[in-house]
Amino acid sequence: MTPEERFEAILAADEKVEPRDWMPDAYRKTLIRQIAQHAHSEVIGQQPEGNWITRAPSLRRKAILVAKVQDEAGHGLYLYSAAETLGISRDELQDLLHAGKQKYSSIFNYPTLSWADMGAIGWLVDGAAITNQVMLTRTSYGPYARAMIRICKEESFHQRQGYEIMLTLANGSAEQKAMAQDALDRWWWPSLMMFGPPDAESTHTEQSVKWKIKRETNDQLRQRFVDATVPQAHFLGLTVPDPDLHWDEDSGHWRFGPIDWDEFWEVVKGNGPCNKERLAHKVQAWEDGAWVRDAARAHAAKHADDPMEVSA
Amino acid sequence: MSDPLLTYLLRLGDDSLILAQRLGELVSHQPDLEEDIAVANLALDLIGQARALYAYAGEVEGRGRTEDDLAFLRDEREFFNAVLCEQPNGDFGQTMARQLLFDAYRLPLMDALTASADETISGVAGKAVKECRYHLQHSITWVVRLGDGTEESHRRMQAGLDAMWRFTDELFTGDEVEATLAASGIAVDPSSLRDPWEATIKEVLARATLERPVDPRQRGGGRQGMHSEHLGHILPEMQFLQRAYPGQSW
Ligand SMILES: [Fe+2]
Ligand SMILES: [Fe+2]
Repeated sequence: MTPEERFEAILAADEKVEPRDWMPDAYRKTLIRQIAQHAHSEVIGQQPEGNWITRAPSLRRKAILVAKVQDEAGHGLYLYSAAETLGISRDELQDLLHAGKQKYSSIFNYPTLSWADMGAIGWLVDGAAITNQVMLTRTSYGPYARAMIRICKEESFHQRQGYEIMLTLANGSAEQKAMAQDALDRWWWPSLMMFGPPDAESTHTEQSVKWKIKRETNDQLRQRFVDATVPQAHFLGLTVPDPDLHWDEDSGHWRFGPIDWDEFWEVVKGNGPCNKERLAHKVQAWEDGAWVRDAARAHAAKHADDPMEVSA
Repeated sequence: MSDPLLTYLLRLGDDSLILAQRLGELVSHQPDLEEDIAVANLALDLIGQARALYAYAGEVEGRGRTEDDLAFLRDEREFFNAVLCEQPNGDFGQTMARQLLFDAYRLPLMDALTASADETISGVAGKAVKECRYHLQHSITWVVRLGDGTEESHRRMQAGLDAMWRFTDELFTGDEVEATLAASGIAVDPSSLRDPWEATIKEVLARATLERPVDPRQRGGGRQGMHSEHLGHILPEMQFLQRAYPGQSW
């Protein structure tokens, strides 16, 4: 059996491709691009929610929010480790992010303007992420699939805490309910865009499905998310900001109106409301920390032979 | 303050919450991902400690105030944290200096409180002591690395230490609140924590090749509600929603 045939056989048998296995160059490149983008999203994703840590309205909410943001940083770590099994380092990937050569999810380029955004992000953004990530627990690359299994366990808590914030606000005062509706209005469409361009225009989807990196298409996942989420919005007593939204009896799906793909591509190109700020914040933190990382390296080098040196 | 136990609980709880608030500002700004996680972890532990202490404070007070009433509806002069806890993060060196000076005090404090005659306090301390041990280990690791790292890190670490040093005496200065409670085995006399603190600091500074700052004029007042100007900016940010939309649940 040639290496190519072995690779195809692994996919055909629904087994996992492991780092030691031969894989086509393009498969490796696609995975690096996708896992890196995913890792960067977790890391940049700390910012919009981190924006409310100091202002959380109760100590319980504050603790939950800190724990959630901490989880996201942890997800970044798992994913960078998965990417490293493909022969690229975390530092290299970060450099690509900082240079604007790799992307992160566009959803994080929207600002968090009220406390209700913490609810909407957990409910919708984490909800959309889970829809995608549950599929990825079955992805063909072993280390990626295993990272996803760990991540999915934590994501469902993220989604629940977000929905719980929305539920509290929706059942609260008129001001709180307005806050919740405003957040839904702003986060609904960007959340639908999280699944990426429609299948007809998606350059990567078809090949990714063949390689079993993706097991479902963008449009399939988007529909699944809408079907799950619309009844939740109704339960909250909130209005989904889509005049075309309706239940389609025949297909058993919620049908939604046209997505503004121009907005999507503008944000992808870097022209979203917070693209500049998010990347600048990340680069600033990295540059501000350079002397700290240098010191850690210098210290480790000085004490490389020191058996008493215990590092935490 | 009429009830010494209530004041004592607020002093302990306010240290936790105000320091957690400072650490919360740092999430996503740290030198690497591991430290983003670490700083969130510190904040999370301290919030947990504050909640337990406030819940008990509310009970002791007996006026129905909840942990959130105590956190979000008291004004500056009613907060009793040590002024060290409200000092700005500065650079990573200053953050770690503040953390080391606090952790080296907080660990022996919580350790001693595990033997408190008050069961609720000893219970809170029993959980906190494990967290404090990890916190101190983390800050020691960094102070040593930075002190004994590069020329720049040494200079910054020393500067951070120098800047935070004048807020440390307050940690060991008690008044009749601690005296009364210590006599009945409930509280710890803060002056008794000076020796273990000095021992830790001495050892760490030696390993870190840092100088013990020359005692400058010390600055306290927090335990009596007389703060530095920083707390007056921390509170409005932290309390914004509760103040803007009073009496609602979140
Ligand atoms: Fe995540
Ligand atoms: Fe999440």
